[in-house]
Amino acid sequence: MVAFYGTDLCSRLMLGTSQYPSPKALEAAFVRSGAGVATVSLRREAAGDGTGQGFWQLIRDLGVPVLPNTAGCHSVKEAVTTAHMAREMFGTDWIKLEVVGHADTLQPDPFGLVEAAGILCADGFKVFPYTTEDGILAGRLLEAGCEVLMPWGAPIGTGLGLNNIYGLRTLRAQFPDVPMVIDAGLGVPSQAAQAMEMGFDAVLLNTAVAKAGDPAKMAEAFARALEAGRLAYEADPMEPRDMAHPSTPVLGLAVLS
Amino acid sequence: MTVDATILGAGIAGLATAFELTSRVASVQIIDPAGPPGPHGCSWWAGGMLAPHCEGEVTEEVIVRLGRGAAAWWARAGVPLSYRGSLVVTLARDRRELDRFARRTTAHRLVNAEEIAALEPDLAGRHDRALFFETEAHLSPRVALATLCEALLAKGVTIQPEARHLGRVIDCRGLHARDSLPDLRGVRGEMAVLRCPEVTLSRPVRLLHPRHPLYIVPRGDGVFMLGATQLEGDNRGPVTLRSTVELLNAAFALHPAFGEAEVIELGADARPAFPDNIPRITLTPERMHINGLFRHGFLMSPAMAVMAADYLLAGTTPELIA
Repeated sequence: MVAFYGTDLCSRLMLGTSQYPSPKALEAAFVRSGAGVATVSLRREAAGDGTGQGFWQLIRDLGVPVLPNTAGCHSVKEAVTTAHMAREMFGTDWIKLEVVGHADTLQPDPFGLVEAAGILCADGFKVFPYTTEDGILAGRLLEAGCEVLMPWGAPIGTGLGLNNIYGLRTLRAQFPDVPMVIDAGLGVPSQAAQAMEMGFDAVLLNTAVAKAGDPAKMAEAFARALEAGRLAYEADPMEPRDMAHPSTPVLGLAVLS
Repeated sequence: MTVDATILGAGIAGLATAFELTSRVASVQIIDPAGPPGPHGCSWWAGGMLAPHCEGEVTEEVIVRLGRGAAAWWARAGVPLSYRGSLVVTLARDRRELDRFARRTTAHRLVNAEEIAALEPDLAGRHDRALFFETEAHLSPRVALATLCEALLAKGVTIQPEARHLGRVIDCRGLHARDSLPDLRGVRGEMAVLRCPEVTLSRPVRLLHPRHPLYIVPRGDGVFMLGATQLEGDNRGPVTLRSTVELLNAAFALHPAFGEAEVIELGADARPAFPDNIPRITLTPERMHINGLFRHGFLMSPAMAVMAADYLLAGTTPELIA
């Protein structure tokens, strides 16, 4: 069981809800993967003026906790306003905070992120900041009141996997007790398994599932990879070594020098 | 004259159904409080691509299969069509999108720079490869709507704001039918119309882009329709600045000469869709509903009309039925 801000989740898979071929395909992906959280974008998926009620109802009907996000927000003010709208619309104080720093790379704006996180935490939000693997920035976000971190694997929608293994490993080691979700950039399940093996607590995906030829099948593939990766982490894997090490005793041969 | 059926709604679903029924000697009347087709209905804002194979990227086999018959139906209805195929391109940095699109669609062939130049001289030198869907067609939705209306009027079909329901009631009211079809939802689409005599294209061109996919449909005389965004929700309000920027930017990326185009129209509306984005016929004791045409109004209304007529006149069970 994994918990964020005191809420237990039934799965370590957080699944986005945009870009699916149809709402039915979206629902099938959730059912087949047993994803534990549904993320929704207020700005990008639907007009945030109450006219998207049909779609919102569908998200609520998935029966998993909803994590609204501020995707598409380029400034602190926009992100804070969107967070407030999301709280009202979904009745949750969870918010995945995205402050886009660059329109093309969608890289987070670290300065705006810390500022917005401070404002929202002070206002009672439970903030999930979408951040880089930078440890200093992570520290500032925790100081601002965040109790969860969402470092990127790679830029949003790229499918490149864990781009900076060293940086992510360092971040994990630097804050061993902070729940961390690898958010964005994953393309295939092996990358999600790798994140789990490294001790991350959950993974958030959207494009890799929604844009797959068969979204429901891919969602299940990710769910299984997460389970495999987490089991491996808990099983305490062996250390890699350079010299071959026979797994059966070798008798009657000269000992290697 | 006796009336066999009353069709509610003079959008593309209603008109196509009326046309199909009357061409089989059934007599119909149409009721629409907003009158004949116009900017009040989402059919007005459609792209008019009859591109079942391209749509196969994100839709199910039934749309591809039934959509293949659309062009022949429109031709029978006397609507002018262009049989020039569709061209699918990417910007250089997204070229792998073309491989994905090719894997998930059928009836295309990969064309090289030379062939692209031969197909669309104005795109010469801009792309080194593209997918050509030779069998696809396109039409101008507003011309098609007017043609159907004229043909129906000539057959004595009336389009009235209100009238007594006579005969079988066929409900083609789109999103207005949510009162009886609760799983119907709105999907907003936004479009732009440009005038750009400097660019000539003879077929719809789709620009694959991970964030801002675009299609551009030539309407002749240097006029182009640009579409379309796809946003969950039934907001029918004016186009947003963000969508405008995205649409126009994508056009500019397709060809810099679009930078000099005049923006002659910006439009938005919400399209009716069921959760699987596939249209269907719903039978209730009082009515037959034809709805949920989503972004496939001109592609799928012929098949839906034929299905409805087959059921009403011959008792054939519709393939797409709730």
